[in-house]
Amino acid sequence: MPGNSPAKVAVSTTINGQSHDFLCQPRQSLLEVLRDTLQLTGAKEGCNNGNCGACTVLMDGEPVNSCLVLAVEVEGKQLTTVEGLANKGVLHPLQQCFLEGAALQCGICTPGFLVAAKALLDKKPNPTEEEIRFSLAGNLCRCTGYDKIVRAVQAAAEQLQAEEAPLPSSAAHQQAQQQQ
Amino acid sequence: MQGSPISYSDKKYQVLGTRPIRHDGTDKVTGRAIYTNDVHFPDMVHGKILRSPVAHARIKSIDTSAAEALDGVVAVVTVKDWPDLKDKMADLGEGAVNLAELGANCMAHDKVLYKGHAVAAVAARNVHIAEEALALIRVEYEELPSVLWVQDAMHENAPILHPNLRTDHMGKPGDHPTNIAKHLHFETGDVDAAFKSADVVVEREFKTATVHQGYIEPHNSVALWNEDGKLKIWTATQGSFTCRHQVAELLQIPISNVTVTPCEIGGGFGGKIAVYLEPVAALLSRKSGRPVKMVMQRDEVFEATGPTPGSYMKVKLGATREGKLLAGDATLAYDAGAYPDGVIGPGCMCVFSCVELPNARVHGYDVCLNKPKTQAYRAPGATQAAFAFESVMNELAESLGICPLEFRLKNAAKEGTRRVDGPVYPRVGLIECLEAAKNSPHWNTPLEGPNQGRGIAAGFWFNIGLKSSVTATVNHDGTVNLLEGSTDIGGTRTSIAMQLAETLGISAEAVHPKVVDTDSVGYTDVTGGSRTTFATGLAAYEVGLDLRKQLCQRAAILWECDPSEVTFKEGTFVHQDKSLTFQQLAAQLPETGEPVVGRASISKDVSTNGFGVHLCDVEVDPETGKVRVLRYTAIQDAGKAIHPSYVEGQLQGGAVQGIGWALNEEYYYRDNATMANASFLDYRIPTCYDLPMIDTIIVEVPNPDHPYGVRGVGETPIVAPPAAVAAAIYEATGVRMFELPMSPPKLWKAISEKNA
Amino acid sequence: MQSFTYHAPRTIPEAVALLTESEGKSVLLAGGTDILVQLRENLRHADHVIDIKQIQDLARLDGNAKQGLYLGSAVTCSQLLRSPITQPYAALRDSAQIIGGWQIQSRATIGGNLCNSSPAADSIPSLMVHGAVAEVINEDGHQNIPVSHFCTGPGKNALAGNGLLLGLAIPEVGTISGSAYQRFIPRYEMDIAVASAASYIELLEDGTVATATIALGAVGPTPLLASDAADMLVGETPEEALIEQIAQEAARIATPINDMRGTIEFRKHLASVLVKRTLQTALRRATGEVVVSHPHV
Repeated sequence: MPGNSPAKVAVSTTINGQSHDFLCQPRQSLLEVLRDTLQLTGAKEGCNNGNCGACTVLMDGEPVNSCLVLAVEVEGKQLTTVEGLANKGVLHPLQQCFLEGAALQCGICTPGFLVAAKALLDKKPNPTEEEIRFSLAGNLCRCTGYDKIVRAVQAAAEQLQAEEAPLPSSAAHQQAQQQQ
Repeated sequence: MQGSPISYSDKKYQVLGTRPIRHDGTDKVTGRAIYTNDVHFPDMVHGKILRSPVAHARIKSIDTSAAEALDGVVAVVTVKDWPDLKDKMADLGEGAVNLAELGANCMAHDKVLYKGHAVAAVAARNVHIAEEALALIRVEYEELPSVLWVQDAMHENAPILHPNLRTDHMGKPGDHPTNIAKHLHFETGDVDAAFKSADVVVEREFKTATVHQGYIEPHNSVALWNEDGKLKIWTATQGSFTCRHQVAELLQIPISNVTVTPCEIGGGFGGKIAVYLEPVAALLSRKSGRPVKMVMQRDEVFEATGPTPGSYMKVKLGATREGKLLAGDATLAYDAGAYPDGVIGPGCMCVFSCVELPNARVHGYDVCLNKPKTQAYRAPGATQAAFAFESVMNELAESLGICPLEFRLKNAAKEGTRRVDGPVYPRVGLIECLEAAKNSPHWNTPLEGPNQGRGIAAGFWFNIGLKSSVTATVNHDGTVNLLEGSTDIGGTRTSIAMQLAETLGISAEAVHPKVVDTDSVGYTDVTGGSRTTFATGLAAYEVGLDLRKQLCQRAAILWECDPSEVTFKEGTFVHQDKSLTFQQLAAQLPETGEPVVGRASISKDVSTNGFGVHLCDVEVDPETGKVRVLRYTAIQDAGKAIHPSYVEGQLQGGAVQGIGWALNEEYYYRDNATMANASFLDYRIPTCYDLPMIDTIIVEVPNPDHPYGVRGVGETPIVAPPAAVAAAIYEATGVRMFELPMSPPKLWKAISEKNA
Repeated sequence: MQSFTYHAPRTIPEAVALLTESEGKSVLLAGGTDILVQLRENLRHADHVIDIKQIQDLARLDGNAKQGLYLGSAVTCSQLLRSPITQPYAALRDSAQIIGGWQIQSRATIGGNLCNSSPAADSIPSLMVHGAVAEVINEDGHQNIPVSHFCTGPGKNALAGNGLLLGLAIPEVGTISGSAYQRFIPRYEMDIAVASAASYIELLEDGTVATATIALGAVGPTPLLASDAADMLVGETPEEALIEQIAQEAARIATPINDMRGTIEFRKHLASVLVKRTLQTALRRATGEVVVSHPHV
């Protein structure tokens, strides 16, 4: 039925903690609506068929390829995109560790990696190298050879665990830092 | 393992060699960085390209009327909308291009030459309508026989792609139709006599498959052809100025009418230099009067943009019993894809580049066939040649009973070595890399376990210089804004800014680098050829000298002395007992007159000569032929590693691309000459679960052609891996592989045949 | 992407009605990881897309080792992996961990993997060796079809385009039993099987084999049960030499093709290697050993 598209559908969803209402055609992917309708261009289009992970977002806490989700399917869902990782002007430890560890070169895969890595650390705060590599295998990077990405995730895991450690040791850590 | 570089310089630096956070980093980890696909205009429409479903055919007719009539379609373009282009060569920095052929590659004229060749384009209200419109375009093809393999295409009875093509034999044209566009021949010494006097000779044939650069960001462009005739383009390009040049020539408009804004780019590796979408988007914009965005799908990227050549190679080496190389002979035939001018030239120049070889001969062939026009891919042409050459080196070392590392040390190219194509190396760092390999923990740790093996190979890339321009303004807060024209693909804003910071004695963070459009900075060549940190960095150094000179003059005004009496030392301007830091002086500049703006442009016709040595351990599953890379070390002379993290990143990324090339990546063609695996799923670039950590050792043998000793680093790391992996596989299995990729079916078969 | 109307029925009768009304011009959407790609690439056409994920009954995931397992057709790989009640079905868990990456597993369903009916589908050999039965509904009513009879050709199955898979009933496993699934891919993740095998083995107290089932994937137009080979194990002590022999026997039913993923010769060989390896893993698991196939978190 070229040109004769079915009526648009109204969808209400929550993205990065804020409610969003949008109209979309049934054939539009979540990725397309995020990027073109809602101007949330952090999720990237690398392959548009679920093979590169650059468009990864969290849907009810689980990582999904937003190119393989119809926008109409997110009615009532909780979505997190890369735009939602930093909190009130403070980068998420993963973001900070990616920066400090030079875990990006061209940066196009970075949003997808960050979101997938967040899902990993939310689920398993202290993953092994092998677990990191297996969990992130759905995200392709062509620049880095992955070494620094894996290390940045390890560093962020350590940082997050240190933050969650009981108060005495964290106070001791601060003290040690001050002494330096 | 990422340690400090092994330095052969006693110079001390404040900024160089540190690891600051890259200037564009926060934008990239928050999703705010603007890549081309993130550019949006309210009245923008979306373009799509209709592509040939067949590999070789004459176009009999194109009927676009139904597409034009579809509601939502705003423009349709075919070859009729293009200017008639004459054969004319345009220099794009890392290689030249024939504009008529470039135009025909962007949109087919009378013939389609490969599956995926662009035939028509549509712009519509949204991408879905554009796709529907494509389906309404009727094209009649008269199919022609096709040819896909380089040796087949060289055959005298092969289907001919270009009836007017004649072989260029080192400047002399051939006399009959052919697919061989070019025949190169380099020779030095008396090769035949040298082989006769050699104690040991090894000669082998090799084949490699066509592979793709595989950047994660597909090609995408936005064009706006304004009513005043000015064309604005936002695009993913490695070179905004070469993009401007190509577009202006293809559309036959003055370059000054074209502004190219290089957006953030999601990888290039040589594949984002030639234009594909830009002129098409421009024509659609002119026809529709609207801004047009075009984004390729992944299958289009594989089927219609620059893979790098498949190759057939024969390499013969002869040596004395003591392990001194005497003679080399190489024949390289690379596929150029649908149009001439592939990467055979650098292949020929690189094949013997890692050794001193007094008697050498190279024949090279540039061959057209029915695949997409091949393009540069990270050290274009060198990886294939190194796979062949380094593999023969390893076999020769075994025949001689010499350790392959010692064999390389004995014959390594060094200062004064003359390459087969003529140039004589200045100070280079191959020997130092080999020494670093020899002393590395990797080389000194024995393998443990069955079916394991270790391989070594070396690699070389020229690293070019070319032209770069920058301007810089001093802010009163003591910082400097740096405008540059080099697309930043992997952190070059920072490596360039650090060179300016070092020159001015300020911190890396006190320089604010910005990549600007072609209207806003002087001509700058592509980010390619591993030139950017070297050449644009050199321009940043020069602009630093310019600012220093101007600031000395300003300090002289403040101190009422002659500018020649002001000296600059370690970030401070000094005259007698008076001194001002850069920051202090910057704050006082308004009192000294006009704003301080610096400029520099450079044009360097040099190579910075990057050598690397790679070590690879593998384990092979003898039952399936599947290879696991257990350990990998990439060693390279970076001259001076400006930002070691990003140098390591280049070594690691290049090594992994090379591992992918070695093991699994290939264009797999069906019998009907169409690509069967045009997706990331089936093309199989390495995932992070396929790999170990990639260790790096940076060696610093300063480049005499750069004030800080910088050499390019980006390309060399892809050169050695296939040969290193092959050598490791041999040690693990006893099987020598002569064909890339060394994929499980092939390796399993070879192991089975050996065991049979 | 082609244009279509989206439906999200809440009940099974609603879904069946939509399916019937659309007269073959609809597709069912579960995880969408295959179907959306096929629609986008025009490999399939549909005027109506019927999303089954709002139907509560299809999200059922219950049972236990004694009563068997019921997997509603909308249960995702991730849900299956999170659920402790799926632990005894090791082969199926092996499969669910490698159907795409994590992003795919969050969406992809075992039911969808079965209904897509690829010869290389990772879950089907595992469902087969565990004796899974597909519960199907169409306008003629309910039908129970053993998974081993469900696929009829590449992309084709017993639903014939107008049925709805409700779920998969998988019988309880034996007291001393183990299962495993392995596939061969050129990379280590994110690939389609070149060849695959699943094995289930149940032992008697004396260590002899009570029951064995072997299935092969990607070596024929549908996944295949290697019943004759598996039967050779029954009553025997599973020694290495016998396993080797059975693996070779099992591979004899393979009728693979040459394509970009592998040659006929290579695939036949892989089938025997994978049968051997899955039998070995299944046996180790039967004896209580924890054999982790993948570092899934």
